[in-house]
Parts: sequence; C-alpha cells; structure tokens
Amino acid sequence: MFVKRGVLPGFGLSLGYTLVYLAFLVLLPLCALVIKAGGLGPAEFWRVATDPRAMAAYRLSFGVSLLAAAANSVFGVLVAWVLVRYSFPGRDLADALVDLPFALPTAVAGIALTAIYAPTGWLGEPLSRLGIQAAFSPLGIFMALTFIGIPFVVRTVQPVLEELDPSIEEAAAVLGASRWQTFRRVILPGLLPAVLTGFALAFARGVGEYGSVVFISGNMPLKTEIAPLLIITKLEQYDYAGATAIACVMLSVSFAALLAINLLQRWSRRVA
Amino acid sequence: MSGGVGSWGPGQARLQRPALLEGRLMRLLLIGTAMGFLGLFLLLPLAVVFLTALRDGLAAYLHAILDPDTLSAIYLTLLAAGIAVPLNLVFGVGAAWLLSKYQFTGRSLLITLIDLPFSVSPVVAGLIFVLLFGSKGWFAPLLEQLDLKIIFAVPGIVIATTFITFPLVAREVLAVMQAQGSDEEEAALTLGASGWQIFRRITLPKIKWGVLYGVILCNARAMGEFGAVSVVSGHIRGETTTIPLQVEILYGEYHFAGAFAVASLLALIALFTLVLKHWVAWQGRRSLRPQPDALIQVPAEALQRGAAI
Repeated sequence: MFVKRGVLPGFGLSLGYTLVYLAFLVLLPLCALVIKAGGLGPAEFWRVATDPRAMAAYRLSFGVSLLAAAANSVFGVLVAWVLVRYSFPGRDLADALVDLPFALPTAVAGIALTAIYAPTGWLGEPLSRLGIQAAFSPLGIFMALTFIGIPFVVRTVQPVLEELDPSIEEAAAVLGASRWQTFRRVILPGLLPAVLTGFALAFARGVGEYGSVVFISGNMPLKTEIAPLLIITKLEQYDYAGATAIACVMLSVSFAALLAINLLQRWSRRVA
Repeated sequence: MSGGVGSWGPGQARLQRPALLEGRLMRLLLIGTAMGFLGLFLLLPLAVVFLTALRDGLAAYLHAILDPDTLSAIYLTLLAAGIAVPLNLVFGVGAAWLLSKYQFTGRSLLITLIDLPFSVSPVVAGLIFVLLFGSKGWFAPLLEQLDLKIIFAVPGIVIATTFITFPLVAREVLAVMQAQGSDEEEAALTLGASGWQIFRRITLPKIKWGVLYGVILCNARAMGEFGAVSVVSGHIRGETTTIPLQVEILYGEYHFAGAFAVASLLALIALFTLVLKHWVAWQGRRSLRPQPDALIQVPAEALQRGAAI
C-alpha cells in the first residue's frame, strides 16, 4: 500500500484497528455469503435464484422501490424548495420532522401505516369505499417505501438549493424568463445530480426494506411478497441455499446502487 | 412583517430580490402541497401510534408496558445498544482519524467499504450471521465444543445490531474532522505534544459535537433495528426479543393496543432523538461560527490596507 503519510502520529494504530474491525465485522461475514452461494454451483444457483416465486419477488421489490423513489424525487424537491425558500409558521418543525423515517423504527412505521390504510383504518375505509385496496396490496408497499425514502431526496437537495447563486436566477429573469422557465432550465440542471443521488439512496433503501413493509404488504406469494421476506421464509424452512441465492442477487443490486451513488457524487462535485 | 403577507412571506434573504419570488398564490400552493405531503406521510402515522396506544385508557397502556415480557425486551434493547454503540464509537473515531489525517492509496475504497452495511438489506445482514454461526453454519462445530449459542440467543442480537449501526459514527465524525482540517494538531506536534495529548486536548474538544451527533444516530438505529435482529433472534419471548420484536409479537397476536403501547415507547425515543439531533447540530454550527471579535477585526484590517494603497 502506497502511503503519503501525514505528519501526525497514529497512522499504524488507526489503520490496523480500522482494518481488523472492518474485516471481522463486515468483510469476512459478507465473504461467507458469497462463498456459500458459490458452493451451490452455477446451474443450481441459477435455478434457485430465478424460480418463479423469486422472480415475482424481485419484480415487486425493484418495481415498487423505483416508483417510491420517483415519487420521493418529485415531492423531495418540492419539500426542499419550500423549506429553503419560504418562511411560514411551522417551517422549523417540518424541517425537523423530515428526519423522522431515519429515527422511527421501521416496525413502528409498519404497524402505524397498516392501521391507517387497513380497510377499517382512517384512510383505508374511505379508499375501500372508492374500490381501492390500500393495505395488503402493492399500493400499501408503495406507501411504506415512500415513507422510508422521504429524507433522502430532501436532505441531498436542500444544501445544493441553499448554495445556488441567486444572481444566475436574476440574470434569467432580466433576460425575460418566466419563473417556471428559470426553474426548469436554470435551477433544475444544477439540482439534478443531487436529485439523482437522493433517488438512488431511496431506491437502495427501499429494495432492502423489511420492517415497514412486512405488516402492510399482506405477504401473498407471487403477489405481495417482497424479496427480503422471501429470504426469511426460506430461512424458516431451513432452505439455506435458496435464501443465500436470493440474498446474493439482492446484494449485487445493492452494490450496483452503491457504485452508482459514488459516481453520481463524483459527478455532482464536478458540476458544482 | 411588511407587505401584508404576514409570516407567510419569503425567506429573509429573498426579501430584497423580487425577481426570485413566486407569486403569493403560487407560494401558498407549493407550501400547502409540501406540508400536505409531510402531514400525510409523517405526522399521520405518528399520531396514529399515540392515539391507538392510549385507546383503551392509561391503565391498559401502563399494563402493556409493565408486562414482564416487555420489560425484558426493554432490558435487551438497552443491552444491545449499550454494547454496539461504544464499539462503533471507538471504531468511528479511529477510522475518522485515519481517513482525515492521512492520504494513502485505497483511501476512497476504504470509505466505500465502511459505508457497505448501509446498502446491505437488514435481512441479508441477519442471514450472513446465521450462515456463520447457525446450527449448520461454518462455526457450528466450534461453538458446540465451547457450548456457546450465538444465533437465537443474545450474542447474535448484539452482533447484528453492531453490524447494522457500524458506519454511523464514523461517517459523522469523518465529515467534521475533514471540515476542520489539522492545522492545530500539526502546531501542537511542533510544540512537542505526543499523539495521545494531541488527540485528547486538541482533536477531541474540536469534534465533540460531531461525535455526539454520530452517537445519537447510532443509538437510535441500534434501538430500533428490526430486520436483522428478527432473523437472528428466534423470537423467544422474554429472552431474545427486543422492543421492536415485542411490537411484532403483540401485533401478530392481534393485541393491537398493547403493540401500539410498546411502539409508542420507540416513537418517543425517535422524537427525543430528533430533538437532541437538532440541538446538537445547532451547537455544532455555533461552535464553527467565528467569534464576534474576528468579525470586527477583519473589516478594520481591510480598511487599513485600503488606506495604505
């Protein structure tokens, strides 16, 4: 390892400690998963990882996570805009509340959302009279994943919006652009890397989410069974091979999302 | 406030820039939509938790919380967080020191690896420890010899919690250390301070708000973790259930008021965390702000320089 040392002492100690702790707690356990999956052999791995029930679970998990992340991108920009640009009663409270999904345990969010959207719930009842089943359907999963993803886009867009140079907007106004034109062609391009980063973070979180979804989804195989739940089901049936294969697929998607986020952040630093 | 808009006006900085302001109706529409969204998705679930918890009265609420199984779940949650948070605190400060004070090959890879547990699904995190320590796991023969039980027992819950909360302190402290630079530390070094002295008397006072912020986030996640802990716990009542798992058990038994009563404890912790977090962030910003004297000195100096030219 090539080291351009700083002058301060403690390099060896902090490097050794960081690496040992990281290796034992994170890297070795993750290797165990990959090795276990490798032990299945390619044909068996493919068969287990792509059986119809697993495919249905991926489609649901990835599809609804994408939709929820998209909804959060739109509303996240709106919320960040309102919090940064306007002052109104309750703004500080709203700003603090945005972090609630980070702080509130997912199981609590799960039972609360289920109580709201169940056919007898506050919003579930009027919705079911309109013929819309919210809880125990993909719509319920969407609601839970939207809840979980709220802070990501807001918190990535907020600082960028705060540092946007107002003189560029004024220039646009002087040149005759309407507010909407200015937003779409001057402000939005500057926000885009932050929005995409927030989108990717919300998506990655949604794909792996379990606690808030498991209560509201209804958990019907092939219909409302998300991928993390399928892993747990397989574990409970002592089907370790099946659980491992599906976990590996999900892990690869998480890594792809992580890579995308890193590239996006590098890009946004260059844009800024 | 002026202009007849009451306090529903533009932010302070925008008052003098009319070109950057939407019409009043548009503002109200945007604020209304955004607050409606937050109200529907954040405020409503929070209200439901507390209202359902107290639906059957205060006596039933207390009864659900003072149930022996719930008390043992509270104890186990405190134990798991009490082990996981200090471990990740020591790691986080060490890793932040390493990543902010030195430049070396592989540094950005190391940052990515530290962030890894964030992008692993909690269920997958639980699964990997079952594969290692479970009854058919790699270390099963060894654990049997030692008569140790990790999965479906307390150690598994502690390990899973530590894994899930692993990056939280490191991230916050790294951000603070990077923002502050190491000029003071290097000055102390030239004055003959030892490494430990530099860390304890210079770095630690500088980063304390960042550390506290990280610990708060780490603790909230440790107490609320559900997916990973659910996989390794085995749900043995009164033995291997944490507060979130106790919520799940009560809910599964259609004991809704009880489930929401226990859930309201977690919601209170979450609210407390949010308040503390904002207070600490405010303190941190205040400590970074320049002293009033400095603000006066700078223009005076600039004036002198201007006069000299």
